[in-house]
Amino acid sequence: MATAAVQIDAHDDHSHDHEHHHETFITKYIFSTDHKMIAKQFLLTGMFWAIIGGAMSSIFRLQLGFPDADLGWLQPLLGKWIDASGKLDPEFYLALVTMHGTIMVFFVLTAGLSGTFSNFLIPLQIGARDMASGFMNMLSYWFFFLSGVVMFISLFLETGPASGGWVVYPPLSALPQAMPGSGLGMTMWLVAMVFFIVSSLLGGINYVTTIINLRTKGMSMSKLPLTIWAFFLTAIIGILSFPVLFAAALLLVFDRSFGTSFYLSEIYIGGEALPNVGGSPILYQHLFWFLGHPEVYIVLLPALGITSEIIATNSRKPIFGYKAMIISMMGITVLSFVVWAHHMFVSGLNPFLGSIFMFLTLIIAIPSAVKVFNYLTTLWRGNIVFTPAMLFSIGLVSVFISGGITGIALGNSAIDIQLHDTYFVVAHFHLVMGSASFFGMVAGVYHWFPKMFGRMMDSKLGYIHFWFTFVGVYLVFFPMHYIGIAGFPRRYYSFTNFDAFSGFTDLNAFISVAAIVTLFAQFIFVFNFFYSMFRGRKAPANPWRSNTLEWTTPINPGHGNWPGEIPAVYRWPYDYSKPGAEEDFIPQTVPYSQTMDSNLPHENDLIELEGEIDEIVVDETGEYIEHDSH
Amino acid sequence: MATTATVGNEKSLWRGGMAPFKASYGKLMMWFFLVSDAFTFSGLLITYAFLRWSAPAYNGDPADFVFSTEYWPIPEKVYEAFPGFHGVELPLVFVGLMTFILIMSSVTMVLAVEAGHRMDKKNVVKWMLWTIIGGICFLSCQAWEWSHFITGTDTATVADVVVNGRWQENYEIFGAGLTFNQYGPPAFAALFFFITGFHGFHVFSGVVINIIIFFNAANGMYEKRGHYEMIEKTGLYWHFVDLVWVFVFTFFYLI
Ligand code: HEM
Ligand SMILES: [Cu+2]
Repeated sequence: MATAAVQIDAHDDHSHDHEHHHETFITKYIFSTDHKMIAKQFLLTGMFWAIIGGAMSSIFRLQLGFPDADLGWLQPLLGKWIDASGKLDPEFYLALVTMHGTIMVFFVLTAGLSGTFSNFLIPLQIGARDMASGFMNMLSYWFFFLSGVVMFISLFLETGPASGGWVVYPPLSALPQAMPGSGLGMTMWLVAMVFFIVSSLLGGINYVTTIINLRTKGMSMSKLPLTIWAFFLTAIIGILSFPVLFAAALLLVFDRSFGTSFYLSEIYIGGEALPNVGGSPILYQHLFWFLGHPEVYIVLLPALGITSEIIATNSRKPIFGYKAMIISMMGITVLSFVVWAHHMFVSGLNPFLGSIFMFLTLIIAIPSAVKVFNYLTTLWRGNIVFTPAMLFSIGLVSVFISGGITGIALGNSAIDIQLHDTYFVVAHFHLVMGSASFFGMVAGVYHWFPKMFGRMMDSKLGYIHFWFTFVGVYLVFFPMHYIGIAGFPRRYYSFTNFDAFSGFTDLNAFISVAAIVTLFAQFIFVFNFFYSMFRGRKAPANPWRSNTLEWTTPINPGHGNWPGEIPAVYRWPYDYSKPGAEEDFIPQTVPYSQTMDSNLPHENDLIELEGEIDEIVVDETGEYIEHDSH
Repeated sequence: MATTATVGNEKSLWRGGMAPFKASYGKLMMWFFLVSDAFTFSGLLITYAFLRWSAPAYNGDPADFVFSTEYWPIPEKVYEAFPGFHGVELPLVFVGLMTFILIMSSVTMVLAVEAGHRMDKKNVVKWMLWTIIGGICFLSCQAWEWSHFITGTDTATVADVVVNGRWQENYEIFGAGLTFNQYGPPAFAALFFFITGFHGFHVFSGVVINIIIFFNAANGMYEKRGHYEMIEKTGLYWHFVDLVWVFVFTFFYLI
């Protein structure tokens, strides 16, 4: 059909004369609509925020580990938040915890992870020229950027940034007079989150649509790499859960600024009665956790997808249980929407309802365990190549197991009532969500760096980085379980005032030292990243001998990804070490008709259908306009 | 485009290289956006339900009903005014009219889409215009209803409230604001303003989009493009806004 043909041509010469002319610095690096550049923008912004979020955690760990220390040397950085005697301001401590959580969960592990890898890998791995709408994709980044700017400015407010915890529960967050951080800082937090939600919706809608409409010929859903399945389901979760946070945030804005009482009722503050009646803070908790729990999977699933890909490639074995992996992820997607009240066991929730949520929560352990099992069986007796990416992926499996097991404990309402809001919970989610997703993200960077920048990262530095990080997170988070069982509540400025906890001062100091060392180890990665970008060894076309489509593009793909026609796909992405094959990998673009020696009986039958795949006339724009069939 | 000679059975649509739902990416995006927007509205309506049923209900005889901040009002007693009929009780008539207008505008939108399929520019333009007029009428009705709601009835409701930071006993409340209102508990009016306002904002955006589309169609942009898909996409949005109104209407006016 005419329009489509015209558009394909337009696309094509785009990718040819692209490098030579009509590309200014601004269209290439700033307002770019190329998914690869947008991915890099997300990655760099995510790294920026990770450093800030990490630095914050070091500061409050200093306070927790060494409550008597003189922090006067931080004054040049923190100004009035360090008082004359060198003590950290307690209000600012709360702000640090809140900002750390917000930044890590939303900016680093949502935008930094999904934004980077969904953008980078979806078009490359499904065989598309770009996202369905490059413009919306660009908008998605710039809304994220704007959100970051607002949040960043809020760090420097006189009254400090938001301080009510990353979940910003009312009434604390709804009453500007409740604490300094509930003032302008909270308002800016809400504004930033609204931009963030817009960004995430623009991105998510684009990802889902692209995967549905723009797969290259032959790339059926059952031939998609697991990374793509993970990004697909992540985007769906985001599309369904973020709007509810949006509603919750808007209602909160009204309570804060326009005198409504959606979340407020019968409150005394400073001895004075407030007029608000009829609202309910529990309502906010329901709305928030309807996003909040799915959010942990938004953070986790992309990391699991990346890991599947890296583990299969570097074990030189097909992924074990490809279908089971997909079904598990679908199960997780559905279940993630029906477990939210396990965060509310102590909110006065009806105990019967509590047991229903407990039941549903524990069911999630099944798909999670299936995935772990499949990782282990993929590794089992593989020809493992220990690249840094592989180490981090294996590390992910390890922390996911350690953190998941405590999830099963917490899922029981009777146990959670004891452990809720203690360091046990902190330990749980830092292992299962924080560390696991972080490992997945780093693994992804090591693995796809050659595709992003055409150069290799240094693997020696990668190994050092891995061991520091892997040992580090266990040293930091494992002891927190004991502290939590002993009853330490989270978000407390200091424990030394309580006799019951004084026995743990040395353990707390130990954790703090480990945390700070681990943070510094991340700069090995940062150095490696920027050094390799300019000075790294030039990458070969397919450095990991991998099957997926992105490695069939030129080493430095231009806008449009493939210079000529987009290759067709004939097989799944996990034909590693196939008996009878010449090499230990067979890329997805190799038809069965060329691998007669290694085909399984049913694959020989597929040869006939390959002709059909070749015949498909592709419309690369993803447009579908009704017309008379040819 | 993109379908081929090979398309024999349903399954082959998913083999890549084509649009499996036979919908362009733009239309899919609109669908996904609407699904997500539906979740926003669900969040708000759940909020309504949550607060509505945690407030005390009126248990007496409907005939003796008077407004009080102590219990949730009976909707027919609140929404009973009609422009030009001061003092006459016409429960739900005006909102019924609004609903009718909005539904009619959905019908004209369907006709515009249908005309687009036939590449009938003249009718597309005509029906788009009617749709825009319908939308504007709805918004004007809503403006009247809001202003009536805000001004209130002739008799005040007496309650103890805080006005401008000062505690006032036996204060005479006329009409409604975000903090308190004459009809019922504070949440009653707050929810009314918030949810119908949020919906009204959707209608307003819809009208703006429709106007843009109208001019594009009139200038022959879609004719040149060879298809009127843009009308379909905005049509999806418009029907969605209409559908949401049905829910809002049910929640606020019927139960
Ligand atoms: C076996 C599966 C899991 C179970 C049974 C489980 C259970 C729970 C429960 C019951 C809580 C509430 C604890 C409390 O606040 O007292 C909790 C907290 C949390 N979980 Fe999990 N979880 C599981 C997996 C995960 C995964 C995979 C993630 C992340 C990707 C995650 C992230 C979190 C986070 C962030 C919190 C803390 C929320 C807060 O700030 O209160 N969990 N988990
Ligand atoms: Cu949860």
